[in-house]
Formats: sequence, C-alpha cells, structure tokens
Amino acid sequence: MAEFCFQLNGQPQAIQAHDNDSLLDVLRQTCEQKGTRFGCGLSQCGACHVMVDEHAVPACSTPMWSVAGKRVVTVEGLGSAEKPHALQTAFSELQAAQCGYCSSGMLMTAAALLHATPKPTPAQVRAALQGNLCRCGAHNRIVRAVYQAAEAMSVS
Amino acid sequence: MTSPTVTQPKLPGSLQTNRRLTQWLKFLPSGRLQLYSGKVEIGQGILHALVQIAAQELALPIHAVEAVSASTAFSPNEAVTSGSLSIQDSGAAVRHVCRQARALFVARVAEKFGVLASDIEVLNGVFKHGSRTLCGYGDMCVLVNLDEEALPLSESTSAPSFALTSTRPAPRPDLLRKFLGHADFIQDIQLPSMLHGRMVRPPNLHATLNDDAWVQVAQRTQAMPGVQGVYRDGLQIGVLADSEPTATQAADQLMADLDLAQAWNTPAVLPDAEHLQDWLRQSPLQTTTVHAANAAWPDAQASAVQMLQADYNRGYVQHASMSPSCALAHWQGDALMVWSHSQGIFNLRRDLALAFACTPEQVTVQHVQGAGCYGHNGADDVAFDAAWLARLAGHQPVRVLWSRHDEMAWSPLGPAMSVRLQAGLDAQQRISFWHHTVWSQGHGTRPGRNATPALLGSWLTAQPFPILMAENVAMAVGGGSERNAVPPYALPALEVVNHRVMDMPMRVSALRALGAHVNVFAAESFMDEVAMAVGQDPLVLRLSYLHDPRACAVLQQAGALSNWSQRDAVKNTSTSSDGEWGQGLAFARYKNTGAYCAVVAEVEVAERVRLKRLVVVADIGHVVDADGAINQLEGGAIQAASWTLLEAAKFDRQHMLSVDWDSYPILRFEDVPEVEVSLIDTGEHASLGAGEASLGPCAAAIGNAVFHALGVRVRDMPMTPEQIVKAIDLADDKT
Repeated sequence: MAEFCFQLNGQPQAIQAHDNDSLLDVLRQTCEQKGTRFGCGLSQCGACHVMVDEHAVPACSTPMWSVAGKRVVTVEGLGSAEKPHALQTAFSELQAAQCGYCSSGMLMTAAALLHATPKPTPAQVRAALQGNLCRCGAHNRIVRAVYQAAEAMSVS
Repeated sequence: MTSPTVTQPKLPGSLQTNRRLTQWLKFLPSGRLQLYSGKVEIGQGILHALVQIAAQELALPIHAVEAVSASTAFSPNEAVTSGSLSIQDSGAAVRHVCRQARALFVARVAEKFGVLASDIEVLNGVFKHGSRTLCGYGDMCVLVNLDEEALPLSESTSAPSFALTSTRPAPRPDLLRKFLGHADFIQDIQLPSMLHGRMVRPPNLHATLNDDAWVQVAQRTQAMPGVQGVYRDGLQIGVLADSEPTATQAADQLMADLDLAQAWNTPAVLPDAEHLQDWLRQSPLQTTTVHAANAAWPDAQASAVQMLQADYNRGYVQHASMSPSCALAHWQGDALMVWSHSQGIFNLRRDLALAFACTPEQVTVQHVQGAGCYGHNGADDVAFDAAWLARLAGHQPVRVLWSRHDEMAWSPLGPAMSVRLQAGLDAQQRISFWHHTVWSQGHGTRPGRNATPALLGSWLTAQPFPILMAENVAMAVGGGSERNAVPPYALPALEVVNHRVMDMPMRVSALRALGAHVNVFAAESFMDEVAMAVGQDPLVLRLSYLHDPRACAVLQQAGALSNWSQRDAVKNTSTSSDGEWGQGLAFARYKNTGAYCAVVAEVEVAERVRLKRLVVVADIGHVVDADGAINQLEGGAIQAASWTLLEAAKFDRQHMLSVDWDSYPILRFEDVPEVEVSLIDTGEHASLGAGEASLGPCAAAIGNAVFHALGVRVRDMPMTPEQIVKAIDLADDKT
C-alpha cells in the first residue's frame, strides 16, 4: 500500500491504495463516487471513461500509480444540478439516452473532445465516441447533444 | 345446483387484475401524487410516459406526479415488462383510474363547496369554479376515499380524450440525474455491512468438477486476505469478500487455478456453430400449425405456374447489456429481501420461493434500474446467486455483480432461427399461395411460468432443478418463435408452420421482438424476391396485397420520405467511394396486432455493408410521449441493424467464445446510420406499444437494400463480409 495524491474534481485527495489498483475501484469504493460506471473491466466499452489531465481514459484499466499528481475529473465534477455543464444540459434537452448507463462515459469522452477540439464536426464527434458503446441505440441523439453543447459553449 | 357466477365488469389493461384505485394512486397532502405501476423502467421511459398520462388525466402539473419504482410489497402485479405492452396494460389502467379518481374528487369538491360538479374545472391541480379557486388535490385527499374498486366508466367519462394531449413534453427527470452522475443504478447500492460476491461458472451446463482438485484450489482462494468464504453446491460456485475488488480478484484466481489444475471435465454438448441450420432442422421437433391452409389451398397450388423458395437464417444473438447483471439480497430470519433489475419482479419472487423452498410471501423483490438490454438477460439469475450467497453468509446482506464474461456467456441467448418461405405465382403473376416454416428453440425461459424455477443457479446445484426447455408464449399474445410468421398481406392461400426444437444445449430466452426479427426479415426479403420475379416495384407490390389503410399509410409515407420512386435513378448516378448504393424497404405490424412500422434503408456495399440512413415510419395509435416513442423506434432500429450486420454468438462444441466486446462486436458510432423517425397519429386509435415495432422491418429493409445495391440476396444474418462473399459465390454458381 502507498499513498497516492491527486486532484479529484478540483479537490486534493490522498488515497491509500496499491500501485495497480484501478482508478475505477478507488473512485467507486474508496471515494464513494458512483457516477463512473463499470461496464467490462477490459477498456472495451467506455462506460468508465473519466478525464485525467483533460484526456478521456478508461478508469477500469488506469492503475493508481499513473494518476499520482494528476487532475482527475468524473461526471460528478463536470457540473452540478445548480450549474450543469453545457454537455449535461444538452444531453437532457435532447434526451440523449435511454437507460443512461453509458451516459457518464459518453459525457466524459465528449468533455475531453471539446477541450481539445472546441468546434468539432459531427464526424469528429463520432470518431471521438467510437470507443463508447451504447446498447439502447441513442447514438444519434448523443452526437447531436455533443454538437449542441459545443455550439452553446462557443457562444458563451 | 350450480352456484350463480359473479362476473366482474371488464376493466382496461392491468386494472382487470389489480382492481382497487389505491393500488395505483396515492394523493399526498402536499398536492403531489404517487403513481404505482407494476411495470419497470428498463430505459424505455415507461415510468415517465405513465406520469404524463396521469398528469394529463388529472390535470396535474407533470412535476407533481412521481412514479414509484415497483416492489412486490406494494405495487400492482403486472407480471413482466415485455412485449411492448406497457402502454397498453399499465397506461390503459392508469388512464382509467385517474379519470375515475378525478370524477370522485370533483364530486367531493362540489359537495363541499355547494356548487355543481359540472361547473368545476381542474387546472394545474387546482379545482376552480369560474374564476374562484376552490382547493387542490392535496386539500381534498383525506376527504376522498379511493379505497374502492375501479368501475367501468360511463360513456361521457370514458370517451377517448386523445384530442386533449396537450401536456407539453417534459424531459425524463431520471435522465438528468444520470447525466449528473447520481448513484441511481442497482450497481451503486451500498447496504450497511454488505459483502461482495462473484460467481465462478463451469465451462458449460453439463461440465463436471474433479472434487480433489477443487478442495485444493478452493483452500488457496479461501486463504486470500479479505475473502470471507468460498462456496460450492454442485456446479454453483461463488466467493464472498469484504470488497468488490477482492471478490473479483478471488473469483478470477479461483477460475484460473481450476483451469490450471485441469479440474473441469467439459463434454462437447453445444451444436456445431458452422451448421446451425442443419442442427435446428434435425433436432427433435414439436410441430404446430400457426395458420392452417384453408379449402382454397389445393386450387391455389394447382394454379401456380411458377414456384419460389428461399431459406433465411440467424445465429444466436447475445443480449450484451452494457452492465453485467447485479442483485442484492438479505435474509432476515426466514424473510428474503432482494433488489433486482428483473423485468418481472413478481415472477422472480415466485421462482426464488420455489428455489429456496419458502412461500412467495416470505420474499420481497424491489426493482432498481440497471443497464438496458430489452430482454431476459442475467438479471433474474444473479438475484438467485445473491440470495444463495446471502443465505450462506448468515445475517449480512450480499451484493453480487456478474463479470463481463458471465454476462456474455451465461445470460440467455436470443435463439438461432431458420425460416423457409415458399410461394406460387399464378398465370397473372399474382401470389397464389404462401408458405412460411420456422425452426427454432422456444423463445422463453423467463421465471414464473413453470413448476420449477427458471433460475440458472438452481440448475447447477448438487440437487438441481431441471433445466427448462424454452417455450413459446401463446399466439394470442403474439407467439414466440412464430411471432410475425403470419404475413400481413391478403393472400388467397396461406399456411404457417412452427417447428419448436426440443433441445436446450444453448440456454435461450426472450430477446427483444422474439421471432419477429427473423420472421419479418425472411418474409419481407421474400416479398422482394416475389417483386423481382414478377418485375414489380416492391412498394407497389406490397400495397397491392394490403387492405388495411394504416398499413398502406406507413408504407406510403416511408416511400415519400425516402424518395423511393427515384431509387433506381439515384443508384445509377451514385458515385460513392464507399461502394454500391442501394435502397430497400420493409413493413410489418408487430405481432400482427400491435404497431405498424415501415422502414426504408439506404446502404453502400463494398467489402462490407455500410448502413447510411434509415427512414422509420410508425403508427402507434394515440401517441402518449412522442419523443419517448421516437427514441424507442430509433433505438430499436439501431439495435436491429447491429444484430443484422454484426451479431452472432461464437462458440465451439464446449464453450461460449464470444465473451467480451472484442469477440462480440456491436454497432459503434461511426457505423450508426442517420435515422429519421416519423409518427402517424390520426387521433382515432388507441395507443400501441412502440418498443419492438421497428426491429423486424429494419432487418429486412437492410437485406433488401443490399440486394438493390449488389443484385445478390444475402439470406443469412449477420451480413458480415464473409456472408456477402458466400452469397455472391452462390449467385455465381447459379448463373
């Protein structure tokens, strides 16, 4: 066991963990932040995507040693009920989900995309989300929501 | 002497069997309404649709209505949430009880304020007499007795209020919570002093385990720090640990050690994946006539001058839900509390009671949302696993989460199917007879329907319950493998036969749309083959055999929205680099009694099929929640596209091999087509379920579009590059 210091949604954390404990387990178990979802544990589905230093990564296969000193943002840190992120607003306005299990991962992947590419084309949105699976078939709404959020952010 | 029969008046939907108003509605002094339904939220937005119905009928603001997640402890028993029936079953009941409740409130308000009931208006939850505000639902709730049976409504109260659909669409409140990361899924529940369980599954249902090897391996796992117990009853094996990561590690270690010790003896009991069609047809069969040939059959056959025949096939399809199944269980004395994302909590309660030799009254099942998948996945099975481990754990609650591998390998599969179509054409180039034959295992092993439990773990114990053979539900409720095998067309002579495969080497059960995916794919592909044979446009040909104006309307609108009449011109001028362009169309009325749906697909085909665009037109009668219905129809079409283009379970004779997202790919963003959904609501017809109507037509439209693009008929799903090459080779051989 060692202590890992990193920033979680803007708050400094000092967490006791093993080097290879996954960030997902630490988020869900130790930090009790359940918004990041477990889907496969194999970095194949995107359900557990979070941002580490503005890059979308699968938390299930991100070892704790690799986040030391980094900034981690999860869906809980993206926005709040009082002050939702433009992506959360757009997802809600367009009802861009059915079961919503993949939504956290979609939102974090999209947030990383908009950080790197504030005005993506629909094709760039699809390419960015290629690693995120949705079984309900809400894909087109999700693409439209990301696009709408990008527009809203560029206006504000 | 016979005793007089008391006949209860017929009530709509699930009200027929849950007749008391208090089973559905609870008004609170705050003015809010708690709405109880036995249907469960699986991502389809049903609770929100029911809220909208209640808000509309009671003239309440939508945010004043809260749908309570179903529990066997207090919800009306509405059996299973399946078959696109929730709006018909639960929606009709909610509409009825709300109308009656509103009338009771109005009468009481009239009495209290000494005004005429007919002069009272309800606006935004407030009773008004002219400009005077009298009171609200909350003020009156203690004065109005809802503890009575629903009555058939009078003519005036029961008149359809379809025209009143003015409730402004409002977003689903549950979705915003999910977008904010709230811990609302079953996977997120944390109970005090809860233990974490994982299962270790045998290679297949008929494997055996070497006891000596087991003892050694289990001891090693038991010694891992944090492991509370390693349990085995026959082939039912699980570990309990104080944390989820430890339980996962322990189960993974145990599985690896069992393999290393060569502890499993795994017989080759699975069918040959390369020749599933032969296996289906050569298995023991139970044959039923779904539609009997009428007296015209011999003449119709005699009048045929040309015969057409074709076979269509699908492999096993996996539910492949985004989350592995999860459940929590807690025994307190003889009472079992279970949290589950089952689609049928009352049926699960019944089967848990059977499995643990207790009464259903000792078991409570509370529904909590899981990830969607639209079918019978592992939700019920994992509830058994949790209850089994919780009983061994003693007093502590237990949470069990399956692994991704468990979910892929052990959730019931959508059955493989084979369909043969035959038709005769007479001298006038009209269809003289039509014959549709289905070979498939049954499509249902859901809990609650047999004398013994349908729960996986209960089949694996040392004294196991028998493995249940999959069954088909009655044709009166849509049938299983034979669903939509009867074509929607007016044909002079028709016979439909279903062969149920009486074997269960692969565990199968209900997958969204059941047999309709394959039957509509087959029949609507074949309809295009007929159109080709007689040299007619596929849309014109279909319309010439359809007498139902609602069927014609969806087809015509799909044609108009997709520029159908120009398709050959578009094809001839297409210069896409993604391959040959093609457009195909298909139609079905789901279960022959449900929603009408026509789909037009546009594809580009080179080495593989690229699905570019889908136009979906549906008539679901009165539309309760247009955005929700559109979301369902589009989602269904995309799921069907994924099945049709990509999905089939992979297995050898011993094991399931498609156990993750690499070995079982589904449609991803870059391959998801543009989808346009259009609803036809003439205001004259009652609501029909939307959730499964688009799947069959979408599959067939893709097949027909591929034919338009290539001039080659692909009759085997999934339409992978290999299948396309095979179809081209087959066509070349014939010419």
